[in-house]
Amino acid sequence: MKWENYTSLPEIFRNQRIFDGCGISGYLNIDGKRDSGSKVIDMLCILHDRENGLGAGFAGYGIYPNYKDYYALHFLFDTEQIKEKVLSHLEKIGYIIHSEPIPTKTPSNIDNPPIIWRVFYEPKQMKSISNDEQIVNLVMQINEHFNGAFIMSSGKNMGVFKGNGWSHEIAEFYNIKDYKAHMWLAHSRFPTNTPGWWGGAHPFNLLGTSVVHNGEITSYGTNKRYLESFGYKCTLFTDTEVIAYLFDLLVRRHKLPLPIANLALAPPLFDEIKKMDKKYQIALKNIRATYRSAMLNGPFSVVIGYNDPTSTMIGLSDRKKLRPLVAAASEDENTIYLSSEEASFKRLMLNEEFKYEFSEIWHPKSGTAIIARVGEGLLYNGLEKPLEKIQLSVMGV
Amino acid sequence: MVENTIQKGKTIQNNKIININSAPNGEPIEYKTLNEQIHEAVNSGYKKIILNDVCGQRFIGASLQGDLEFEINGVPGNDLGIFMDGPKITVNGSCEDQAGNTMNDGTIIIHGDGGDVIGLSARGGKIYIKKDVGYRVGIHIKEYERKHPVIIVGGIARDFLGEYMAGGLIIILGLKFLPDGNIIENESSICGNELGTGIHRGKIFLRTEEDLEDKLGVGAKLFEPCEEDLKQVESYLKEFCEIFNIPYELIGKKPFKVIKPISKRPFGGNYCGQII
Amino acid sequence: MSLQHISPTYFRVKIDRDYCKKCKRCVSHCSYGALSFNGEKIIADDSKCVACQRCVSMCPGKAIRVVKDESYLPQHGNYTQRIRNIIWAQSGNGGVLLSATGNDRPIRSIFDDLLLDACQVTNPSIDPLRETIETKIFFGRKPQQLDFSVDPKDPNKVSLKTEFLPHFEIDMPLMIGHMSLGSISYNACMAIYQAVNELNVLAGSGEGGLHPDFYEYGKNIITEVASGRFGVDIKYLQNTAGLEIKIGQGAKPGHGGHLPGEKVNSLISQTRMIPKGSDALSPYPHHDIYSIEDLAQLIAALKEATRYKVPIGVKIAAVHNSAPIAVGIVRGGADFLTLDGFRGGTGAAPRIIRDHAGIPIELAIASVDQRLRQEGLRDQITLVAGGSIRYSADLIKAIALGADVGMVGMPVLIAMGCRVCQQCFRGLCSWGIASQREYLVKRLDIDVARNRIINLFHSWNEELKEVLGAMGIDSVESLRSNRDRLRYIGPNPRIAEILNVKHAGE
Repeated sequence: MKWENYTSLPEIFRNQRIFDGCGISGYLNIDGKRDSGSKVIDMLCILHDRENGLGAGFAGYGIYPNYKDYYALHFLFDTEQIKEKVLSHLEKIGYIIHSEPIPTKTPSNIDNPPIIWRVFYEPKQMKSISNDEQIVNLVMQINEHFNGAFIMSSGKNMGVFKGNGWSHEIAEFYNIKDYKAHMWLAHSRFPTNTPGWWGGAHPFNLLGTSVVHNGEITSYGTNKRYLESFGYKCTLFTDTEVIAYLFDLLVRRHKLPLPIANLALAPPLFDEIKKMDKKYQIALKNIRATYRSAMLNGPFSVVIGYNDPTSTMIGLSDRKKLRPLVAAASEDENTIYLSSEEASFKRLMLNEEFKYEFSEIWHPKSGTAIIARVGEGLLYNGLEKPLEKIQLSVMGV
Repeated sequence: MVENTIQKGKTIQNNKIININSAPNGEPIEYKTLNEQIHEAVNSGYKKIILNDVCGQRFIGASLQGDLEFEINGVPGNDLGIFMDGPKITVNGSCEDQAGNTMNDGTIIIHGDGGDVIGLSARGGKIYIKKDVGYRVGIHIKEYERKHPVIIVGGIARDFLGEYMAGGLIIILGLKFLPDGNIIENESSICGNELGTGIHRGKIFLRTEEDLEDKLGVGAKLFEPCEEDLKQVESYLKEFCEIFNIPYELIGKKPFKVIKPISKRPFGGNYCGQII
Repeated sequence: MSLQHISPTYFRVKIDRDYCKKCKRCVSHCSYGALSFNGEKIIADDSKCVACQRCVSMCPGKAIRVVKDESYLPQHGNYTQRIRNIIWAQSGNGGVLLSATGNDRPIRSIFDDLLLDACQVTNPSIDPLRETIETKIFFGRKPQQLDFSVDPKDPNKVSLKTEFLPHFEIDMPLMIGHMSLGSISYNACMAIYQAVNELNVLAGSGEGGLHPDFYEYGKNIITEVASGRFGVDIKYLQNTAGLEIKIGQGAKPGHGGHLPGEKVNSLISQTRMIPKGSDALSPYPHHDIYSIEDLAQLIAALKEATRYKVPIGVKIAAVHNSAPIAVGIVRGGADFLTLDGFRGGTGAAPRIIRDHAGIPIELAIASVDQRLRQEGLRDQITLVAGGSIRYSADLIKAIALGADVGMVGMPVLIAMGCRVCQQCFRGLCSWGIASQREYLVKRLDIDVARNRIINLFHSWNEELKEVLGAMGIDSVESLRSNRDRLRYIGPNPRIAEILNVKHAGE
């Protein structure tokens, strides 16, 4: 399907929300070793029964070691003119360290792709606002006001590559095999509205946070309004957007410890909380009351990657486990994998060049986060009770 | 292309058994292709079909009837044996979600873990899973006349076990199978919350000493099993133990608790039909 | 020329002589003097009948019917019956017409023009009978964010530094509005307080003070500090789940409370600490609140007086610039904010204000929610909305528009037997609800009334769960402000724009 532009949703569809049924995959190498993208391509593409060719994407962390201190801005542009406009805007408010097209397959296997570009960037140091906040404002501004331009990702030493097409098509288009990353996220999409616009594919990204999501957020309206009161603009008409922004808000701005942030997004039921120790009851009720508008409702399983400062992979499903999520650890326990289906791991086992083996395959519990971090290992395996590993102290108790 | 694959993948051992390679050259084939090959084999008179390197292909065994036997090496995808009516499927490993979906008759044996929503709306047949299973297992399984579905799980289950159950039998044993072959008791909780929520016929047996009162769902009541209950499950348990090499005496080491419905119409009082 | 006979009769009392046993029960039950026995048969003075239907319910032979008297006046589309009656009444007594309950003009309800969404395919609906759907609400102020500190040496040692602010956990997003002892009877109040105690929700005490018999239910009662400060003393301030400063109410924005002297008997006099038989008039403004900073001062004073143990909130009538007023109130330190729409009920109000002042609660919730969000304040306070929430459909739509809790008044009274005859201010309520006369009050059985209120709220809560389940939402918190799940099918698309709700079909 050909669209006039790729960076924004055609007008007639703007008022409708796009729902997704999809496949998600991801993995993280604990020792930080950088792998080619071909592994995650295999993991994702075997899930092709979950997609319908209208969107796919990949996020790699650790792909730009030579520019690791700069913000790697990945752009989609409809025309050369808008590209020039955006680049000159960037020059006014910061420093372009390096600017180049993102290499894509030639001849292209996708009809009429947009202009795909990356800029390694540093904003001007300002006293009143941090660099991160400046980039957030920049992203919101470009996606909302610069017609024909779209920022796919804005993190450091990482990048999102996504578009409208089958997962293997997008993988080929962006030469994902040629990138080396220590953490990969991947997603293939089954939107229920016809337009697969490039910007609407997953992963959704803001700074170092990328999200791939399978399911539908029924609390989208509530979450969106909550985020808007903090200045986030939800412009992408897809519910996954709120997950990325909520994560950014809770972890980067409010500085909640990861297990707490996960509990804010997928809290235990009050019936469960009633059975806990007093301290945990108070903490959980406090979390539920304060962050009630951040709670994600509806079926979902997500894999979230973020790297501020160290690359961390988080897998989470909704508290009723309405969407699948399977985890696995490699034989040497150095790699933690997540996927919608166990088939992804079996696929790796069939690989003729390297026979991948797994020490363990397990299903994390509903509403329980599985967290792995480079240099630290598997911090939470998704089978714990809420706050089980935390030694919690609460003021006044 | 498809023809070549079939030629390459088939190994005719004898008249009745056929091997099908589901991933020639390490490239898994589409589920449609695989299922076509299976149907072709069945139509050609093969009674036992061995599938190798299965990698997430869905709907294997869908709507198949009669006296067939399948052996699956690898990971079958969602909806294994959906609408099946008679065949026996053995998986040498784990399966994914919804195995035995709306099954009418037949047997599914999994030598590994099961996923979520196993046996959804099954009307008959047996599903035996060696290790652990996920959420909503045995949801809405039902009895009708002589049809009576049975699901036995050797490990543990999660939330919503036996939701909406309308007949049949679910047995959870709470064992743990170590890689060295030893079998010990599973220390984790035997099931999750909302146990048997909405149950209106049928029984759920849980082999545990845990206090399950807090986990009961709506309409479910906890009982000590009576003579009749235990007699009902004996033959199924013996069969299960034989298949998975579990010493039958091990079963007796912990008592069973039974969940039965409070009534056939647990929600009758919730609604009022006054004229307004 | 006598104009008296022009006084219209609205209702006709029809007695079927075949069934009338002349037991005279109807005569003793009618508190308005419309029925009497002349020695031979029951006769009716139609001009006194208010159609409260008490006689109809009490007649053992089902011999009485009260019907509307249409025949007297010719039809006129502009000078409606209502307008003509108003003019006749006023030319007769020269005063301000009083009425009660809420606005009865047939203005279109915006709630009725809103439709609810449900899940189909793209995500599953949830079964409320078998799966948990949470309807619990934390009532009170919440922090903007929680502060945790993590031990740098051990990331598993986490400490929660933010304190939980005074709040109340209620089991349903419902609250019974402020109906004072005085406007309604002791028995009605007792039934209400016992009901909320059992349901674990809140009720308002109204501005009538708190009778000592009600102190035991104090932890479910939000007491009111209104302009008249009736009954507001230390004991009142300390036996409460929360305090609400009443700036106004939806039925009569800009006005204070009005309890006619007929209803101030010794019980009321004691509770409100005013002389018996005198009108209990609350001043129109609080005379220590002439501007927003004064309100902040009163809020601070109340917090001091209650030692910061309970939430302090403010109630305003929904008026044209409710949104900026709301912002001021929240910034002034209020822990919860109550909006009372123009259809709110009352025991007594001038008709002109009751019927013509204020704005619909639907628009008020939407604009206040929006403005508080823009200022980043919305999630810190609890927004209560009422006036009028008639039944569960309205409650659900109010929550989707942005309210945390729905406040109801009239439905509770109707559950207790009220027929909405709008004569509350006369103190002659034959159902024992809006009267202080002993012989009338004792007609209201506290236990029966309490159980009916519990039944009503219980069924609404179940209906709320049915709708949440159909929407695929398992906690009422995820419906709040989720305007995406509403669609508008009314005649005025501009309303949809102001509500920020899409039109059906979009």
